[in-house]
Amino acid sequence: MLVFIFYLLVIGAGTGGELCVSRAMKAVGEVKDFRPAALVGVVAGALRVSWMWIGLALMGTAFFSLLAVLSRQNVSLVVPVTALSYGAGALGGKFFLGEQVTPRRWAGVLLVCLGVAVVIIGRR
Amino acid sequence: MKSSAGLHFKTYLLIFLMVIFGPLGNVLLGKGMKRIGAVSIGKPAEALSVLSRVLTSRTIWLGIASLIIFFGANMLVLSWADYSYVQPASSVAYLMSALLAHFWLHETVTPVRWMGVLLICLGVLVVGRTPPRTTESS
Repeated sequence: MLVFIFYLLVIGAGTGGELCVSRAMKAVGEVKDFRPAALVGVVAGALRVSWMWIGLALMGTAFFSLLAVLSRQNVSLVVPVTALSYGAGALGGKFFLGEQVTPRRWAGVLLVCLGVAVVIIGRR
Repeated sequence: MKSSAGLHFKTYLLIFLMVIFGPLGNVLLGKGMKRIGAVSIGKPAEALSVLSRVLTSRTIWLGIASLIIFFGANMLVLSWADYSYVQPASSVAYLMSALLAHFWLHETVTPVRWMGVLLICLGVLVVGRTPPRTTESS
């Protein structure tokens, strides 16, 4: 049960965090200058966007949940199971970022979820 | 989405960094945490002992450094590319993780699990063949 909760946090908080970071970086704008001083400016600009802080908090939660899961299960099982985040990512992209999720994209997400199920079956 | 060679080059370069350092970070963390053992959050003294071992593990720090590089590359690429483009494009990381787990950690990866990983990659390829940008750029 505890492992299930950790998986839920890895997937839910991890995807939620990435969606928030994506929203924050779109607010910062396209990075065109990759010199160290300019990158420091990008990071400073990103940290002024509240979505970045929400994203970092969610990703921190996902990270510590990942550590807990990795202490109990094999990497080759844990990492593919986190692919369920593609389903959460497609939903987040549609409803949070306003992206158009086409039937083809949903078909891909379904294939990913099928792959995750196969990985879990392969554990036995 | 812009189609300039420069934009494509920097997108692929950052996704390449994500594909290398993401799985490497996960494997290093896995290796480090396996050495420490199962985490118990019931007893505070035991949790503190685990935290102390985590903070003094070189393997875990290398894993964290790898994931910081991964996160930096992810952050930069998301400043111009769609999340729904970047997420699938970085999917090769799943295959990389299974390969690292098999050849470096010597974990048993059964044929059925390999099939699952391949299905995941196939699904992600299908997602990746959809339009990379479906919203107006800000």
